[in-house]
Amino acid sequence: MIAISNLSKSYKTASGVFKALNKLDLTIEKGDIYGIIGFSGAGKSTLVRCMNRLEEPDEGAVAIGDTVITELEGKRLREARQKIGMIFQQFNLLDGKTVFQNVAFPLKVAGRDKAFIRKRVTEVLEMVQLSDKAGHYPSQLSGGQKQRVGIARALVNEPDVLLCDEATSALDPQTTYSILELLQSINQQLGLTVVLITHELEVLQHICNNVAVIEQGEIVETGTVDQFFLNPQSDTARRFVNIVERYRQKRQLAVEGVGAGI
Amino acid sequence: MRDDLFELLWEGLRETLYMLVWSSFFAILLGMLLGITLVATEKGGVLENRPIHKVVSLAINGVRSLPFIILIVLLIPVARWVVGTSLGPTAAVVSLSIGAAPFLGRIVESALKEVAPGKVEAAKSFGASPLDILFRVLIPEALPALVRSLTIAVIAITELTAVAGAIGAGGLGSLAIRFGYQRFREDILFATVIVIILLVQVLQWTGDSIARSINRRRYKPE
Repeated sequence: MIAISNLSKSYKTASGVFKALNKLDLTIEKGDIYGIIGFSGAGKSTLVRCMNRLEEPDEGAVAIGDTVITELEGKRLREARQKIGMIFQQFNLLDGKTVFQNVAFPLKVAGRDKAFIRKRVTEVLEMVQLSDKAGHYPSQLSGGQKQRVGIARALVNEPDVLLCDEATSALDPQTTYSILELLQSINQQLGLTVVLITHELEVLQHICNNVAVIEQGEIVETGTVDQFFLNPQSDTARRFVNIVERYRQKRQLAVEGVGAGI
Repeated sequence: MRDDLFELLWEGLRETLYMLVWSSFFAILLGMLLGITLVATEKGGVLENRPIHKVVSLAINGVRSLPFIILIVLLIPVARWVVGTSLGPTAAVVSLSIGAAPFLGRIVESALKEVAPGKVEAAKSFGASPLDILFRVLIPEALPALVRSLTIAVIAITELTAVAGAIGAGGLGSLAIRFGYQRFREDILFATVIVIILLVQVLQWTGDSIARSINRRRYKPE
């Protein structure tokens, strides 16, 4: 279980202090696929980055299982991070390392021996269906393949939680779909908790069980994905659902157009 | 042209290469140390430490603001203390290393800062330590840029060896001044210039090929 309580974070900007997170509370059950949705600047990225302390919250607590992440420093924080995988919008792979070396890196950092690394990396690459690309460099991969490497790298230490910071926003719809499928099957196989930050409703729709809506650094609505679509309560949720309706109509037209062309 | 030309040139070239190799070696060593320290200790760096950053930065600016020829004079006691003499190529290596290191520090700093911050964040996210990030993320990722920057620096050091030659360091620079300028040996002057031009070309070509081969490996088309 992930328990976030009273989490605040503000930034100094030219025009004053910007409150990215405002005394935010959130609970995510173990094994869930949980979506956090909001418009740009709502604070969703700050929230997920506070969960593994890539950003320091000003106050409040984040606990994952029995570990209170916000109390840890130095080596103990780094050890806790090994159990929190993260994937990114821009993949953030190392260009100078092969796919194998990228995925092996977290294990090297964790001090694992060579034989273990070889075995574990092979296993994880198989899971993300990239066994044949082990010797390639990231520049030789497509966006979807890069994100698969990102996922393999995030999973290689067998984390309890996988944080996804706009992980599909740089991908086309088809690739997005295949990455979501992969995340879902990983969630089922390994039982790890998946937290997805997104502004794409398709992500919610495809794989999330529960969702929190974030607006100006506060959670304004939580519930199941069904509730979100069928009975949106907050302003943000209503705006999203309206957008998706129009979007779906437009997309339907586009698909029919393409179909006719073929 | 007289028959002592090749002998003089050969000796000059040998002394220049000697100064170049050793000063580059020590300057790169010191420069990497300075550059890494700057990047590690800056605001938001993996070992953030504002006082250290400030001191290193000021020291670099201080040494860099002195004209090299004055720096050599200032470093005469240091050279004498380190190598026992203030004359000749070995003494020049001391001045050249210390004189070039701050410049190297700055270009190493700028090469390392070109690495996308997302790569560092990803490494942090899976528990990499500050040293892991410096030596296994920043330096390897910046390698092509580092090689190109170091090439620029080594060529700058070649120029500095000629300046050092003006005040007793030996090498091609000293040859051009002592024979070409002071004794009106135009043959030596021109030959020296040609050798220095060739030397710089070879250095640039070598740096470029190393950087290119790293990039070709990393970005080879499938």
